[in-house]
Amino acid sequence: MTGIPDVMVNGEALALAGVTPHTTALDFLRDRGLTGAKESCAEGECGACCVLVARPPADGSPGTEWTSVNACLVAAASLAGQDVVTSEGLGTPDRLHPVQREMAERGGSQCGYCTPGFVCSMAAEYYRHDRGPAASSNGTHGDNGFDLHALTGNLCRCTGYRPIRDAAYALGPPAPDDALAVRRTAPAPAPPPTRLEADGAAFVRPADLAAALDLLADHADARAVAGATDLGVEINLRGARPGLLVQIDRLEELRGLRWSDAELVIGAALSLTEIERRLAGRLPLLDELFWQFASRPIRNGATLGGNLGTGSPIGDSPPVLLALAADLVLVSTSGERRVALADYFTGYRTSVREPGELIKEVVIPLPVAGLTAFHKIAKRRFDDISSVAVGFALDVRDGVVRSARIGLGGVAATPVRAREAEATLNGRAWAQETVDEAADVLAATGTPIDDQRASARYRAAMLGQALRRLYAEELVATGSTDGSHGTGGGVA
Amino acid sequence: MSDLSRRPAAAVVGETVPHESAALHVTGRALYTDDLVARTKGVLHAWPVQSPHAHARVTGLRAEPAYDVPGVVRVLTADDVPGLNDSGTKHDEPLFPAEVMYHGQVVCWVLAETLEAARRGASAVDVDYEPLSALLTIREAIDADSFQGVRPTAGHGDVEAALARAAHVFEGETEMAGQEHFYLETQASLADVDDAGQVFVQSSTQHPSETQEVVAHVLDLAAHQVTVQCLRMGGGFGGKEVQANGYAAVAALGAALTGRPVRVRLNRTQDITMTGKRHGFHATWRVGFDDDGHLVALDTLLTSDGGWSLDLSEAVLARAICHVDNTYWIPDVRIRGRIAKTHKTSQTAFRGFGGPQGMLVLEDVLGRCAPLLGIDPLDLRRRNFYVEGQETPYGQPVRHAARAATAWDQVLDGADVAARAREIADFNTAHEHTKRGLGVTPVKFGISFNFTPLNQAGALVHVYKDGSVLVNHGGTEMGQGLHTKMLQVAATALGVPLSRVRLAPTRTDKVPNTSATAASSSADLNGGAVKDACEQIRDRLVEVDAGRGLPWEQLVAEAYLERVSLFAAGYYRTEGLHWDADTFRGTPFKYFAYGVAAAEVEVDGFTGAYRTRRVDIVHDVGDSLSPLVDLGQIEGGFVQGAGWLTLEDLRWDTSDGEQRGRVTTQAASTYKLPSFSEMPEVFNVTMLERAHEEGAVYGSKAVGEPPLMLALSVREALRQACGAFGPAGRAVDLASPATPEAVYWALDAARLAAGMREPAGA
Repeated sequence: MTGIPDVMVNGEALALAGVTPHTTALDFLRDRGLTGAKESCAEGECGACCVLVARPPADGSPGTEWTSVNACLVAAASLAGQDVVTSEGLGTPDRLHPVQREMAERGGSQCGYCTPGFVCSMAAEYYRHDRGPAASSNGTHGDNGFDLHALTGNLCRCTGYRPIRDAAYALGPPAPDDALAVRRTAPAPAPPPTRLEADGAAFVRPADLAAALDLLADHADARAVAGATDLGVEINLRGARPGLLVQIDRLEELRGLRWSDAELVIGAALSLTEIERRLAGRLPLLDELFWQFASRPIRNGATLGGNLGTGSPIGDSPPVLLALAADLVLVSTSGERRVALADYFTGYRTSVREPGELIKEVVIPLPVAGLTAFHKIAKRRFDDISSVAVGFALDVRDGVVRSARIGLGGVAATPVRAREAEATLNGRAWAQETVDEAADVLAATGTPIDDQRASARYRAAMLGQALRRLYAEELVATGSTDGSHGTGGGVA
Repeated sequence: MSDLSRRPAAAVVGETVPHESAALHVTGRALYTDDLVARTKGVLHAWPVQSPHAHARVTGLRAEPAYDVPGVVRVLTADDVPGLNDSGTKHDEPLFPAEVMYHGQVVCWVLAETLEAARRGASAVDVDYEPLSALLTIREAIDADSFQGVRPTAGHGDVEAALARAAHVFEGETEMAGQEHFYLETQASLADVDDAGQVFVQSSTQHPSETQEVVAHVLDLAAHQVTVQCLRMGGGFGGKEVQANGYAAVAALGAALTGRPVRVRLNRTQDITMTGKRHGFHATWRVGFDDDGHLVALDTLLTSDGGWSLDLSEAVLARAICHVDNTYWIPDVRIRGRIAKTHKTSQTAFRGFGGPQGMLVLEDVLGRCAPLLGIDPLDLRRRNFYVEGQETPYGQPVRHAARAATAWDQVLDGADVAARAREIADFNTAHEHTKRGLGVTPVKFGISFNFTPLNQAGALVHVYKDGSVLVNHGGTEMGQGLHTKMLQVAATALGVPLSRVRLAPTRTDKVPNTSATAASSSADLNGGAVKDACEQIRDRLVEVDAGRGLPWEQLVAEAYLERVSLFAAGYYRTEGLHWDADTFRGTPFKYFAYGVAAAEVEVDGFTGAYRTRRVDIVHDVGDSLSPLVDLGQIEGGFVQGAGWLTLEDLRWDTSDGEQRGRVTTQAASTYKLPSFSEMPEVFNVTMLERAHEEGAVYGSKAVGEPPLMLALSVREALRQACGAFGPAGRAVDLASPATPEAVYWALDAARLAAGMREPAGA
């Protein structure tokens, strides 16, 4: 063994002795008798495994944020040196935590199997430092400022959710002497560089980017891991057992977020939640993406680097980033290079990224076109995988489409730009006739397939309908039919 | 009021209390079967070898390579079975098959020191298959004349003559998909053998007695050598009524052969690909109405998709046939049923047990025919309600028929349906691309097991010298709150505070020969048994007290000193039931549970996506035993039903490719359960008042299944909204599940009928 630091769980140091690089945090906790967190789906969809991890606040402010994480996906070794709280640590039957009390008294548990995970996700939102009484509740926020999206990564098969929502919306602020609330004012522990070898495989958390790139250059079977929201599924359900895991989620070099007049640069290892909180709505198209991108616990781990690195044709971010004309900065021991996202994908889950190369940053040119939208077609509104997805960025001025960029997912082996539909729109009057013509072109883009998510026919229809909907909704939004539309500058 | 249903003053039943395990649930301390593994030494882990074919003969099996994998201890095959190689009670389900009958069926199991080693061992087992042709869909089975089990017919009158004279006759087909249980806790068992050869199986099972029976016949043991315990389940919904048995048997067989504890726990993929689901159904129908919209006749043929073995398919079909009528009087009716045999998982019990499928047929008929008759669907439904004195197609008088009408009127009133219908019409006129719809549907659900002998239960109640009470009964806890209700029943019957009563986990060595916790009737049956046991003790204590009014603890202590027994076995059987399965007539149900729901949806014409804006329910739970528990059952059942009808989209590979027969929705990422986005935005649930039920414990009614069918209102609301995209007077056909895609095609067809622009891709 290599002296890997312990994990602090509910205030008690637990040794990582005996874990392998592929041991999940969930199995680690359960093997040590902390069986509150459950395995139900083993792919981060149901949240029965959720636990709280002390992390730096996602919005970049100082201190600690209790973050809900899918313990079934992350490696136990990735928690070395960190603080974890499980449902057992929040309270006891005799001294219920406020979240636990609301859940218990309001009928928030029936079979109880999903409950510990719900309690952790709810506690994370309970402790969010900027949660406060809201002026008015709406569909997804309580009067207490509770954002229901905090619970979209937790499934319950028994209650129908109403009592869980009511429990969440009944929560007051944490008491001043609440230990976990007090803990928020101290910094979160920085995960120390770690190396663990067992069962013929290794887990490494390198000290810096250079060390990470060296590992990736030297080991053909190395896999870079950030939130493990994709790799964890491969390990759990498809038997993947990579020989070397390189944990890159806390590498500062990959975690920047910079604005200038000309561009927005997003570090590839920032979590979606971190990007969402740090942008705070300043880029409306990305803001439309975030809530539709998986669930809160997944967004707490998932990164743009991961979403683009896996290269899935149905990833949620590519249609949006294609519409935004994003570039990627790739880095390896040989240096950096910049490629347009539109030139990045080469085939099903393949790209121009070379072995040993990491995505370092995503660069979005500014200003963004004025008319943007992200239409994700799926069976379920919260936390589903798209059958098709469309990102729009249209610059419409004086009733004319000056430029159109449309990114598509789910219509080919890779995410694609809808170049023909863009060409049909470019320079034309922004009018129903143009829209119908371009919609037909859009509907004929790519070669969508029949599968369990949707028929090819529906996928094609949805492409065209997306543009028609964009037009119809914009008419309603501007209250006009005469083509006098707002000008560009989506970034405030 | 009967002795069974009368409540004493200050009864604990009827009080609003949280689930008895709520504090354990929320603190992560509630133990489920697989949580015991961390507390058990030397456990072996099991991994299945699953068939990659939907139908094939197993021509060779070489386990030796698995033993080369470090940690592998034993490969279990048919040769290891000392008793009967069968996981069911109908003896058509080999535990280790020589012919695989569905994709993913287990051929053998590998036991190892770790789960990882078992997995590697399983992938090393070498199996030869001779692939055979496979039937995947109901239609393929019908074409191939592939059926299994009984083919009953129910009905009365002369259907042909009635159809001949009906003013309006329509015919059609209705098809509906099945549903994956997706209990959050997958199938799990942990077995051990003691020094006397006694097998102890901890199992997540709804039917410990049958699990015991199957384990015994697989191991060739007598029932008294096998004890099964169920601590609690992380959901069952019918999926663990019989389907837990095989996994318990594998664990027990492994323990018997190795002398070590053996854990069998399916991961989600295994659970979805190996276990049975709600039956999909296909129905053909001919229906006749008079000019006023009264049903004149119905002739329908139901075909359920039973999968590869019978399982509970005959009983599910019986309940489906018994629920086609729902709340509607049909003067001349014939309902026939049959079970398709296909190469899929063996479909099984699922909350409602065929009732939802039967009901969907006639609700679909009414929803489609209403516009053709020019009658508002609400009126069409209401004017066909049963009235007292009429009989169901299986010959049972419809008692309390007026309760459906009372609930209906209360929903219409309370939900302000008339005014909202006008608002919806105005909204639809004003919005080209968005339409709203309102659906109101009733439920009448028969309570009791169709098979009369199952309607019995036992309980064992101990009063200890200190006055504390321990209750055992035959029912299992899967989240439905049965134990909470039983505690309240015991406290009421003994006249003690709830805090004095504790409930112990369900075990076959405490209460024998139990029925499955199923058919919604577990509170009725076990409640009757617990009450009986408590009343025996209470009667003895009353004698001891002799009118002195002693405090409980003092009375109990005195009774002990006087050598009065302080424990009792309780027993209950439902009176007044009879059923002739051959003629399909009788009184199979003690009573009916009624309910009505009004649902409003909003549909996006661009995509078919929708949201449920508001749901109002009035539901009949009798005099509630435990209001918070009942509310949870109503709301949760409704949302689960809405999941079946609108979202959950179970798919098999029906292509002729290599993967034919594989479940393609075998994970939470591809099989979507309702989430917060499917929760009705406004959700008003009221329990029907003056609903006392004479025939059940403390005047209550069963509540587990009936509310699921209230979700048919969502489907009818979607149909209305789709129809609003097109011309009036047009029938709207809507697939089930009504996914956004299905809704899109339904509304698109309506739009085309209205002569609107043809959208791209159509």
